[in-house]
Amino acid sequence: MLQFDFMRYAFIAGIFISLICGVMGTFVVARQTSFFTHTLSEIGFSGAAFGIFLGISPLLGMIIFTMSSALFIGISGDRLSRREASISLFSGLFIGLGILFLSLSSKQSSYATNILFGSIVGININNLYSLVALSILILLIIALLFRQLAYNSFDVTGSQYNQHLNLLTSIIFLGLLALTISVTSQIIGSLLIFVLLTIPASSAKYFTPSLWKMIFLSTSFSLGGVWIGLYLSYITNWPVTFFITTIEAIIYCLSLLYHRLQGNK
Amino acid sequence: MKPMIEVTDLNIQVPGKKLFENLNFIIPANNLTCITGENGVGKTTLVKHLLQSFKSKSPQIKIHATRSRTQYVPQLRNIDDEFPLSIIDFVALGLHQSNLLWHTRSEKKLLQDVIQKTNLMAISKRPLGAASGGEKQRAFLAQALCAEPKLLILDESTASLDTVTKNELLILIRSLLIDRDITVLFITHDPELIEKYADYELHLSHLQAQLIKKGEREK
Repeated sequence: MLQFDFMRYAFIAGIFISLICGVMGTFVVARQTSFFTHTLSEIGFSGAAFGIFLGISPLLGMIIFTMSSALFIGISGDRLSRREASISLFSGLFIGLGILFLSLSSKQSSYATNILFGSIVGININNLYSLVALSILILLIIALLFRQLAYNSFDVTGSQYNQHLNLLTSIIFLGLLALTISVTSQIIGSLLIFVLLTIPASSAKYFTPSLWKMIFLSTSFSLGGVWIGLYLSYITNWPVTFFITTIEAIIYCLSLLYHRLQGNK
Repeated sequence: MKPMIEVTDLNIQVPGKKLFENLNFIIPANNLTCITGENGVGKTTLVKHLLQSFKSKSPQIKIHATRSRTQYVPQLRNIDDEFPLSIIDFVALGLHQSNLLWHTRSEKKLLQDVIQKTNLMAISKRPLGAASGGEKQRAFLAQALCAEPKLLILDESTASLDTVTKNELLILIRSLLIDRDITVLFITHDPELIEKYADYELHLSHLQAQLIKKGEREK
């Protein structure tokens, strides 16, 4: 299996995707903004379609769209992103825009399914380079601002009063989230980034209350899902996305079961 | 009497309402002052004004502590039953002596010291979401203490606690005054706690405030 370039690329891409999703996912779950993550990935789809329409790279289109939405939400307040109405509004509007851009551009609709469902086995060496470079950038920013981001995510109220430059921290976090989504969606698709950013971290929090262990576990759950998914997809020829989501769902169910058993002790 | 906060001729308005006019008072340093007054009189608004004065540099408010050494413990926090973080990790969010990914040796020492002081040692590894009301308040207090504050502002920290837990928390807070040279501002409604633990009471009523000295107690 690893004699093929595209499989090797996919396995390497899995490591970086899992690292950023593991850390960012832990913060996303702590902030309870899972659904905004979903909305952002739809905005990402729309941005990619816009990129194709303009003839620039889909990744750039995605970064432009998700970053500007993140900035908008950051300035108008996190609360807006949790409102049900704004979630449906943004999702609908941007999927509509995405379809418009795709139909206006002369490209075939296979592009659309690529953006939506991803193609981890379809990436080339240049995709891999940009993924690795952007992942390292994201991880570096997180490392520099780890304490601020952790305080801001895990104690929204406390940090609001006691953290210097807390609003800026929120905006930087949303920017990082936008970047994460743009980077990962070329691999697993914009609709399924949602899975890796929320389910592994949601599962991890049932296994441990320690921040670092949570990050470690959610990264492992992502990586396990991606790698096993790739392998199963290789031997069965079924879509890799199907396997990844199923594995993550199983992990989540097991974590709930574990939590239940712990509680009843 | 050394002041921690000096307020002169302060006016506070909220949309459609004048809350305070020509407010003049001082808050003595290294004492426990309770802020009291009817619901809606503007206790929390006053405190938020004090906090904002660091940024707005308003000439009416002088606080003899830096912003990072002033900690506000809000009345409500969004910590639900499923809040995942352990008590010790939650408390550690308040550590800002360095900005490294890991905690320095002195930060670890401070954290242990604060956890011990707030009597959270035995439950420090438990998820905060599963802690009782009193334990949560002690954890909030511990997080604030990680900043080594000079001024500590507590907003109705005892509101949801039973009598025994309330008294325990106040005894803890009073002991901080002695070993850490802290000034405490405590917003409360509870006359029993004020009688037993306060050095001063800042009573707020319509448009005005009055500082009242409470019973002498040993320091």
